Amino acid sequence: MTDANWFAANAKDIDTQAAIWLERRDDQAWSAQDQTALDAWLAEALAHRVAYWRIKAAWGRADRLVVLRSAVSDAPAPRGRFIPPVLLKIAAVFVVVAVAGALAANMLTRPKDRVFTTPIGGHEIVRFADGSQVELNTDTILRARMTTDQRVIWLEKGEAYFQVKHDALHPLIVMVDNHRVTDLGTKFLVRHDTARLEVAVLEGRVWFDVPDGRMQPPSLPLAPGQVAIASGRNVSVERKSMRTLTNELGWRRGVLVFRDTTLADAAAEFNRYNRQKLSVPDPAVGFIKIGGIFEATNVGAFTEVAEDVLGLRVKDHGSEIVISR
Amino acid sequence: MVETTEQNREGADQRRPDAEMTASEVEVWFVREVLPLEAILMRYLRHNWRDRGDIEDLRQEIYVRVCEAAQRQIPDMAKPFVFTTARNLLITRARQGHVIPIEVVADIETLNISTETPGPDRNVMAREELRRLQAAIDRLPARCREAVILKKIEGLSRREIAARMGIAEATVSEHLATGMSSLASLLYGGDPGRAP
Repeated sequence: MTDANWFAANAKDIDTQAAIWLERRDDQAWSAQDQTALDAWLAEALAHRVAYWRIKAAWGRADRLVVLRSAVSDAPAPRGRFIPPVLLKIAAVFVVVAVAGALAANMLTRPKDRVFTTPIGGHEIVRFADGSQVELNTDTILRARMTTDQRVIWLEKGEAYFQVKHDALHPLIVMVDNHRVTDLGTKFLVRHDTARLEVAVLEGRVWFDVPDGRMQPPSLPLAPGQVAIASGRNVSVERKSMRTLTNELGWRRGVLVFRDTTLADAAAEFNRYNRQKLSVPDPAVGFIKIGGIFEATNVGAFTEVAEDVLGLRVKDHGSEIVISR
Repeated sequence: MVETTEQNREGADQRRPDAEMTASEVEVWFVREVLPLEAILMRYLRHNWRDRGDIEDLRQEIYVRVCEAAQRQIPDMAKPFVFTTARNLLITRARQGHVIPIEVVADIETLNISTETPGPDRNVMAREELRRLQAAIDRLPARCREAVILKKIEGLSRREIAARMGIAEATVSEHLATGMSSLASLLYGGDPGRAP
């Protein structure tokens, strides 16, 4: 099909069709028949699928814009909110565009999402009216839609610890990209890095759903001590001891707990919490194992150990500290 | 230590050498590895193909070919694979058109395509990403931009957007669909981060 003629079909036309499908799918009126029709269109040609994936990915990236909303619409700042000044500035540009001519129609009722963010090194606790509590770790963006009939939290990036007040009729759902974590009465941890998602259950149970239920078994039940790790195409489940999990939650007390941790991993952990980044260029040095409890934002205490205990060289270059032999 | 789950065993995750990749695997690979290359791919195509009207079709054709191959086996290195595919396509097309621009053959070596994979898009900081998005949105046509903002920032439904903008729902759909496909080209193909 691809080699037969110059071009199977005009790329612009296919892009337009893909966008129309995506736009329709986004709306509430989307039905099972619509899905069948879309599936058929996608199955028709690889060119359709590729165009669809591409536009879907771009549209998904634009989800990030939601962080601008809190500055635009909500009135009193709830506890735990932090809006970096730069966002306010960007938001101000949007206010002009979005609010002009739109305020009059603002009477429409709809669930308001609230956005919570922490800066690098930040730690916030958000308590919701239903009794649930979410703790945000460093450099985290989280959007919450908590209404009487719906409880959804989107973890846009970062890490959060959830202690959920169970309500069987309205389970709390945490969305990370297309992955879905559904609470069944639970304490659990969700960490969302660039290429990796980790869900660890400490108490109770959760359902873990991977994207595209048609391709894979829809749900994976997770019990305490089980950790689901999704990266790219793979999902695996590991078992971790409660002690390990508690250590991983050290950030709730502001500390990092290392046990047999390589220097490279420890440095990467510190770098999540601090603007001044640790760098361990020599792999042989990176493999050195260390243990101990450190204050997450006290890089100095850590480099002192590297210097005094391990006999390594520490060089401060301002934005970067290099540890070497 | 690592338990393989039911899902792994039965589902699409297992990597058997001869297995066909599932659509979701190809999609994940395409979005993560190929789309970030779009900006330099478009530069390459513009540089090596005279007829601007063909560029988007060429891009699409390259994506289809690359994904076709990925359905059988995900390539180890996306970047050299995409650019080899691009060069081969240009050469084929040039022959069909009885014109062989010399640059087509020569330029691939000079384009400085390294085999390292991490594209700049992968690790952009949240703020940088926001700036890019904002720049991309700023380039949309006014009404289209307004609809996209109401959708993405305000989270309004199609009906609510129609009410706010005082236009028909069908028109909102058109604006949003236009916005979606333009955003894809601005975010991946262009370089909105450096837009004036």
